[in-house]
Amino acid sequence: MNKIERINDFVIRFCNVNGSGSASANNLFAKAIFRLGVPVSPKNIFPSNIQGLPTWYEVRVNEEGFLGRRGGIDITVAVNRQTLFGDYQDVLPGGYFIYDSTKPLPEKFQRDDISEIGIPLTSLCNEAFSNPKLRQLLKNIIYVGVLSFLLDIDLSILTGSIKKQFKKKPKLAEPNIQALEIGFSYARDHYPDTCRISVRKSDKLTNEIMMDGNSAFGLGAVYAGATVTGWYPITPSTSIIEAFERYTNMYRIEEETGRKKVAIIQAEDELAAIGIVIGGSWNGARSFTATSGPGISLMSELLGLAYFAEIPVVLVDVQRTGPSTGMPTRTQQSDLLACAYASHGDTKHILLFPCDPRECFEFGADAFDLAERLQTPVIVMSDLDLGMNDHVSAPMQWESDRKYDRGKVLSADDLENMQEKWGRYLDVDGDGICYRTIPGSHPTKGAYFTRGTSHNQYAAYTEESSEYEANMKRLLVKWQTARTLIPSPRIKIRDPEYTIGLLFYGTSTHAAYESISRFSRNGLEINSLRVRAFPFQDEVIEFINQHSILFVIEQNRDGQLRTMLINECEIDPAKLQSILNIDGLPIAASFITDAIQGSNLITIPESLQKQNKPGGKQ
Amino acid sequence: MSYARPNFRHPKQPENDAGFTRRDYEGAISTLCAGCGHDSTTNAIIQACFELNLEPHRVVKISGIGCSSKTPAYFLSRSHGFNSVHGRMPSIATGANMANRDLLYIGISGDGDTASIGMGQFAHALRRNLNLNYICMNNGCYGLTKGQDSATADRGSAGKKGVPNPYESIDLCELAIELGASYVARGFSGDKKQLVPLLKGAMAHNGLAFIDVISPCVTFNNTASSTKSYHYVREHIETTNTFDFVPLQREILTHYDEGTSQEVTMHDGSIIHLHKVDSSKDLTSRQKAVNNLEKEKEKGRFLTGLLYVNPEIDETHDLINSTLRPLNTLTEEDLCPGSEILDRINSAFR
Repeated sequence: MNKIERINDFVIRFCNVNGSGSASANNLFAKAIFRLGVPVSPKNIFPSNIQGLPTWYEVRVNEEGFLGRRGGIDITVAVNRQTLFGDYQDVLPGGYFIYDSTKPLPEKFQRDDISEIGIPLTSLCNEAFSNPKLRQLLKNIIYVGVLSFLLDIDLSILTGSIKKQFKKKPKLAEPNIQALEIGFSYARDHYPDTCRISVRKSDKLTNEIMMDGNSAFGLGAVYAGATVTGWYPITPSTSIIEAFERYTNMYRIEEETGRKKVAIIQAEDELAAIGIVIGGSWNGARSFTATSGPGISLMSELLGLAYFAEIPVVLVDVQRTGPSTGMPTRTQQSDLLACAYASHGDTKHILLFPCDPRECFEFGADAFDLAERLQTPVIVMSDLDLGMNDHVSAPMQWESDRKYDRGKVLSADDLENMQEKWGRYLDVDGDGICYRTIPGSHPTKGAYFTRGTSHNQYAAYTEESSEYEANMKRLLVKWQTARTLIPSPRIKIRDPEYTIGLLFYGTSTHAAYESISRFSRNGLEINSLRVRAFPFQDEVIEFINQHSILFVIEQNRDGQLRTMLINECEIDPAKLQSILNIDGLPIAASFITDAIQGSNLITIPESLQKQNKPGGKQ
Repeated sequence: MSYARPNFRHPKQPENDAGFTRRDYEGAISTLCAGCGHDSTTNAIIQACFELNLEPHRVVKISGIGCSSKTPAYFLSRSHGFNSVHGRMPSIATGANMANRDLLYIGISGDGDTASIGMGQFAHALRRNLNLNYICMNNGCYGLTKGQDSATADRGSAGKKGVPNPYESIDLCELAIELGASYVARGFSGDKKQLVPLLKGAMAHNGLAFIDVISPCVTFNNTASSTKSYHYVREHIETTNTFDFVPLQREILTHYDEGTSQEVTMHDGSIIHLHKVDSSKDLTSRQKAVNNLEKEKEKGRFLTGLLYVNPEIDETHDLINSTLRPLNTLTEEDLCPGSEILDRINSAFR
């Protein structure tokens, strides 16, 4: 048997039962690799369930820094009897299968091309610990100890992490460390020289952080000065509000009174959640909410109101697999059209596409400036992979002298000194953005009646066609202004001949860059454009016009970004080839590479070596 | 209905203590049908604001969709107003109130807006005891879509189409009491003398004040077979009590004989004196309040007046322990933890 032999480049999959405490053990493992300076990306593949169903945690370790999903499993840690056989079969030839050998493997487990590593996890745990709850939890820690030996990870890194985790409860650290040692010693005594995959300290990561996008967004909202949120629980967006609440409890408590400088209202549904945001923003407080696809559907009517009445809204859509309830715990980028054109009538909304936690923080904060400057909804398009998985990312940044851009708001003084007649929907500056007032500011000036019915420049009800039309056209002027303010695309030109161009966004970014680099090693240079916002800027159109072969990489069935590019930029549909991943799992580089190769549109100087297929799960 | 209202007003229109005349609380000309109950309710709101010496610009009006929800255009033109989406007034009002707790919020809704499409938001604004004056102009039908029955139409009542409503009606006051409103009243648009003090009490109340105003639709539901016609309501009205609203800092001159009145001190120190008709009507008990409504209903009567009040229940801001300062006045210094703290947070993720 040819054992897989690699340093800092492998994929390990933990196969667990959900609700058994495996998540923190698996996280401990991933964090240890991160702390050794080695790029790592954990992906939690979990069911829509609280306890008892299969759950997987896939960790890719890659010295080169490619952190999209790779696919193919080099090491499996199989703790779930329900999926044992499937997990066994998924191991790549030459790989390693670590399992609980308290019970022997059934007869049909007959592979001779992998190394089976049996560890009696249950009996080891039962011998060492008497508390039933600890027995359950520490079984997971024991296998981390096993991996520490097999992969040559210094045990002190892991014990250090545990001590840090239980800083406030040092008593709980002790059994955890004991469990680590049990696993480590058992593997040392029974499986010396077995595993040829190892982790070595690296200098690849220096200043990076590892966190989930939802926490980064929640923190961004704290930094941006959000004070009002209405929200309704929905996977995978809930942890945004939880993070926001956690950080406001740390940084938004009034010293003198102990009162909170924030209002967080758990709403009765998403309609109320977005209503609260609209009411709060209208009344001058920075307000936001977070949801997922089903919530977007419910919010649509009120998003149209915010668009037409010109009220700032910050909304994060952490996309999951649709349609309908779909696969609530799997990822997708399938709400673009629903968000871009949410609501009846002619409406369109600004979208931002972050690709890592740093951008979640940055766009999280910028979204408030944009929404208030443009007086319209801004929707941040995250997804389950970005929101709920930990990602290695550049650290979050905040300029110490940064001021909020509250947009065109007339203060009491502005109103007092105003000579001309003010109109809420009067385009004084020619940029399509009008001046607004906040209730209660001035005793006699600036009051107006906000309405979703058609209105003239002075906010009065009108059914005058010309006034309605002028207002709708002014909103398009504002849309043009938006193009100059939103984040610009990231363009990388590697091929001066402009032959092949890739377009992608959000969490497809990492896999796309990996694929590009793979082609590059084989002598084919590919240019790329990462879309970071909608409406599309001129650079996007120019990039498309420059290239003869273009691929649009997305994680949805219908090529939603492609549709938007065709419609909004008047692109010939024949120019844009779709590469679409819809399996609910984060897109893998090999998927993109295969799709590009398989298109027969290109010739590659050196043929590419076969890559591991991502494979499905289940 | 459009007509020109003369700009002329009596030069010596009386001013209230805040220096405003009644005109300062008026709005645009109503476009509702002549004789609409909602216009009388609008007038009662204007009167209540005038008598309470409110500064118009410190009042916010928010509504949903429907005939009733149009009325915020017809009063308090110096206040900001927001005519939102069908059934969603409570959430907009919640957000607005969270942003600035210092303003007075008037939420206008109707029976379709509240008892059908907006039932969820109605229920949850009540249970959070939002500091809002929730006024439901209740005419038992959908006026803007030409008279369909609403969920508050009584079983057997028939409007202009003549088809009796086969379904049970929803009593919004009973629901409001059960769901946590801290001030619940029912008025009749045709009885301004009762309605104005009810509104004043609501505005002085800290928490959710719900007022169900029976406000007949002259065009579609003022028939002989309707239980929400002017005639029927006048014939079947019953009151819990009459009451005086005594604002804070106003010397109490009236003398009340012991045992004939119940006194409720509002959050701001104002006092409501209830003149009891019947000693069993203790308005601070939820159970008795609901019983009172049911008892009159059995007799085929509408019980109006103040039905339930509890000034002691915490409103939303108190429940979530938010700052006493309006959130919309806080700045970077109050809200942003700064770059040094961010460096520390970054390290925690290493």
